[in-house]
Amino acid sequence: MIRVVLPAHLRTLAHLDGEVKLDVEGRATQRSVLDALEACYPALRGTIRDHVTQQRRPFVRFFACERDLSHEPPDAPLPDAVATGAEPLLVVGAMAGGA
Amino acid sequence: MSGIRVLVGTRKGAFLLTSDGKRARWDVSGPHFGGWEIYHLKGSPVDPNRLYASQSTSWFGQMIQRSNDGGKTWETVGNKFVYDGVPGTHLWYDGTPRPWEFTRVWHLEPSLTDPDTVYAGIQDAALFRSIDGGQAWQELPGLRGHSSAPSWQPGAGGLCLHTILLDPSHPERIFIAISAAGVFRTDDVGKTWRPMNRGLRSEQIPDPNAEVGHCVHRIAMHRSRPSVLFMQKHWDVMRSDDAGESWREISGNLPTDFGFPIDVHAHEPDTIYVVPIKSDSEHYLPDGKLRVYRSRTGGHEWEALTKGLPQRDCYVNVLRDAMAVDSLDPCGVYFGTTGGQVYVSADAGDSWAAIVRDLPSVVSVEVQTLP
Repeated sequence: MIRVVLPAHLRTLAHLDGEVKLDVEGRATQRSVLDALEACYPALRGTIRDHVTQQRRPFVRFFACERDLSHEPPDAPLPDAVATGAEPLLVVGAMAGGA
Repeated sequence: MSGIRVLVGTRKGAFLLTSDGKRARWDVSGPHFGGWEIYHLKGSPVDPNRLYASQSTSWFGQMIQRSNDGGKTWETVGNKFVYDGVPGTHLWYDGTPRPWEFTRVWHLEPSLTDPDTVYAGIQDAALFRSIDGGQAWQELPGLRGHSSAPSWQPGAGGLCLHTILLDPSHPERIFIAISAAGVFRTDDVGKTWRPMNRGLRSEQIPDPNAEVGHCVHRIAMHRSRPSVLFMQKHWDVMRSDDAGESWREISGNLPTDFGFPIDVHAHEPDTIYVVPIKSDSEHYLPDGKLRVYRSRTGGHEWEALTKGLPQRDCYVNVLRDAMAVDSLDPCGVYFGTTGGQVYVSADAGDSWAAIVRDLPSVVSVEVQTLP
């Protein structure tokens, strides 16, 4: 079981309270976790990664186990603590000022 | 008695303002989609409970929301806007080629006959259509396939397709406007398009007869006379009497002919409204006065409408999609400001009152006249 914590706007979009628990087949990677997340919550398609390129949106970051995983390859294994459900994968909207 | 529902898109959510036909007391619902930019929302002319909303942020991109109950509840529908084929390039601000890239939906225009068909004008400029209530979107690629498209350049707000007018007399005819390419018309439901910019003059363009490159801010028509179009250009208020084939200036005695919105009275096809803005470098009202200007002669002769509007220390703007009219008699006129006010006139502009004063900055205003 993989745990994912989403930012407030995405929880609202997906009608979620609290963190998401996902069953992910095979190795836990950013891609496999996001595939499972979008399959469960189709409203999130296109909000974390681009529909076509599948690249992470510029103002979205991934953290886990006190590490910034945003620039890890999408098929790189996530930390064991995430894969075992001990720690969540954090999807974070970048802090950015403006209007 | 008829009712009115005003659909307000703001920088931080959507608001629905409702009233009876007197348009004196208002209920305010919202924010819907709080914290998201709502560039536009609009109802189907044939099913007023069917609403579509464009919801976006820089963080999480574009969403389309649909309501089947007049905005009480909403559901997310399709948000996949993928250009047809290899997108190619347009020109960037510095004149270099730049690949077409989807940014957001500026305007949603539901079909005049089918509540499940809706058009979307997007940035970078293209026209999309859904025929299944917003679930799936397909580009009408003939527009970007026009030979001039590689030379289109963005206006300050981006290369946006912001206006879609469906011709009620010619179901296959659509007008669109792009900043800063100009007006285009199709007579075959989007297969082929022609620029409709003859007669426009733009100081920034050396060629006085340039086919494209004009910063058209908004065009409007009256349903009963769709071959007559009115335009608020970057500078100049213009009119066409031949469905866009040619334009002539009708700025007349306006204090400034720069502005964004333009709209037409519901029952008087030659009564039009604009909100002059001081200049393109200042983007606020002249003299600190909020004045709507009305022409009852189809242009040239304009009168300032000020009763009930602030006449000192007011420096807001009214954006291109932020004015609308209802179809009651007398006609109601509505507009929203970048300062968060939404004003109504229940007497065709003679007097005004604020429905709300402290919303987030208003991007769009649409009005539904309910049975």
